[in-house]
Amino acid sequence: MKNFMARNPYWSLIIVLAICFLVWAIFAPWPPGFVDTFGRKKIFLNALFNGITLGALYFLVASGFTLIFGLMKNVNLAHGSLYLLGGYIGYDVANTTGWWLLSFVVVFVVVGAMGVLLQVLVFQRMEGEDLRQTLVTIGISIVVADLMLWYWGGDFYQILTPDWLSGPIKLPIVTAVKSSGEAVFLKYPYVRIVILVASIAVGLAMWLSLNKTRIGMLIRAGVDDRDMLSATGVRIQRVFVLVFAFGAGLAGVAGVVGGTFQSLAPGEDTRFLLASLVVVIVGGMGSIPGAALGALLIGLAEQFGSVYMPTYAVVLTFLIMVVVLAFRPQGLLGERR
Amino acid sequence: MAVTEDVTSGPINDRQQHWWSGLSLSSIPAPYWFVGVLMILLPVLVGPFMLFQVFGWALILGMIALSLMFLGGYGGMVSLVQMSVAACAAYMLAIFGDSAITQISLGWPWWIAIPIALIIATGFGTLSGALAVRTEGIYTIMITLAIASAFFYFTRQNYVLFNGFSGFNGVKPPQLFGVDWRQPIPFYYLTLFWAAVAYLSVLYVSRAPFGLALQGVRDNARRMEALGYNVTAHRIAAFVFASFIAAVAGILLVWLNGQVSPGTAGIGPAIDVLIIAVIGGLSRPVGPFIGAVIYVLLRTFALDFMVSIGLSGERFQLLVGLVFLAIVFWSPDGILGLWERWRNRMNATDKLTGEAHNKDGGSGP
Repeated sequence: MKNFMARNPYWSLIIVLAICFLVWAIFAPWPPGFVDTFGRKKIFLNALFNGITLGALYFLVASGFTLIFGLMKNVNLAHGSLYLLGGYIGYDVANTTGWWLLSFVVVFVVVGAMGVLLQVLVFQRMEGEDLRQTLVTIGISIVVADLMLWYWGGDFYQILTPDWLSGPIKLPIVTAVKSSGEAVFLKYPYVRIVILVASIAVGLAMWLSLNKTRIGMLIRAGVDDRDMLSATGVRIQRVFVLVFAFGAGLAGVAGVVGGTFQSLAPGEDTRFLLASLVVVIVGGMGSIPGAALGALLIGLAEQFGSVYMPTYAVVLTFLIMVVVLAFRPQGLLGERR
Repeated sequence: MAVTEDVTSGPINDRQQHWWSGLSLSSIPAPYWFVGVLMILLPVLVGPFMLFQVFGWALILGMIALSLMFLGGYGGMVSLVQMSVAACAAYMLAIFGDSAITQISLGWPWWIAIPIALIIATGFGTLSGALAVRTEGIYTIMITLAIASAFFYFTRQNYVLFNGFSGFNGVKPPQLFGVDWRQPIPFYYLTLFWAAVAYLSVLYVSRAPFGLALQGVRDNARRMEALGYNVTAHRIAAFVFASFIAAVAGILLVWLNGQVSPGTAGIGPAIDVLIIAVIGGLSRPVGPFIGAVIYVLLRTFALDFMVSIGLSGERFQLLVGLVFLAIVFWSPDGILGLWERWRNRMNATDKLTGEAHNKDGGSGP
């Protein structure tokens, strides 16, 4: 941080100013001239919060992807299928038992087990063969997508928010001031706030377990030098299976989250695969903080794009990717190897 | 690669002969004669539907997959953007040439519209390639996949230039030399001609110094760089060549379908091109055409087949996916690889007698 500020004084100044401006834009009521150019503050705030929660969802999907890639150099293009499968299973569990929270546990276990199968049956057999892994996972995603279409049909599914999470809550942020002088506060769906907080908690827990625990130490060592780690006597295949199961389970859990505040349908698998691809390309392959930053950027870009330039919202995310690739091919927080 | 030996092991003065000296009829291997005569006589053997919808389409898809094969097989860069390049050429032809959407189409004559379309599409492919070669290996697939989907979303959202969701229809080939090129037989010969040109040019380039350098870059980029080759320039040049082939195929594609829409270049079709190239085999230029014929036959007749064995025809994707999965799982180099292994096994019996077998093991085109 200090290094960065010492090396790039102008950039740090610009960043600090931008943050100050953002904080002002969030908390202060907007002057009229501002409203004329940017539209109502409520729209801006909603786009901001939606972008952050979408970023949280993207982070859940992409962090598993980037973890798997960073450690094993496995490109799992069936990651989107794991997401959608998790969502569908979560829908069935939540619908039959009525317990929303139970669906998370079941999905994490079931999709994690799928991840173990993938690692043992597919990736262990073709270790180091990038192209073949990619092709096989593309094939798997095609087959799984069609099987899911067969079983669940082409309808839209939405997982019902449980009662104790539904409804909006009032945030201490002023959106407008009425002519009577009364302040209007922003209302935002409770469940989204919970999801946001939960993803931040997951991210922190991942960061802590990567940096402070023994297994995290093994994983980091594996990312740096796999062969040397296995030469020191660590059963690296077990670490691989564990990481793959965790990443896959996380994708499944993200499916339940996505099914709760968006919807599930065929094609969502490709959408989330692409989203996580873009997120990890922007953030940097194999880096968890990178995935968080990339997910936040892409989520915000998508939401602000759909509010302020509706036609080209999707293109905006790819534009970000192209710009990042052009100036920093290893990703914003990626390390050049 | 045995191809390398063919060229470099010859004496130097071989090179100073005229380029056509190797083209005497007797030097063409027998399989070429067989396939060539078969393809030329095909209109006598099959009906117009097979000719137009099956073989015409297969040849076009084969060309697009060939461009992928060139990048993937010789350059080591698997690019999923080739279908978008083809669709870009198709769009440009519809925009600059004639189509039913008269408020956008400029209606320029074909001899201006086609070159412009080819140039723009090749430029698009080159730009994507320039982005993709900034990274290596597996990243290339991801980046080109992302570019391909960006192209898809862009064409779907843009109404000013690309006419959004519905795209363009009514794009027809010009009436040249008094022939209606949309008729099955002329169109078949048109695609056959361009497919043959594309095939032979890939074959030629793969043995030319540029192609050999490209294969060197694929095998060991760092060593090639140390030898003084500009690795990035070679890779981008490979993208230029491949994009041009894909662009030509795209123009044929829009004439075949009569229309182009965002769905032409969706994520599904982009991956289908990869599937075609892989099913056929990425090691030789003939692979993509074999893959394309298999794919189109599956696509056209799988429905009837699945209904006849009591499954619903909707499960077509499942069948394609399983076939693809089986091939990449058991034979990473596609049908060609299977055939080669089978041939090697047949030849391997010679080992006992000690005869010189495997004379041309894996060196043919």
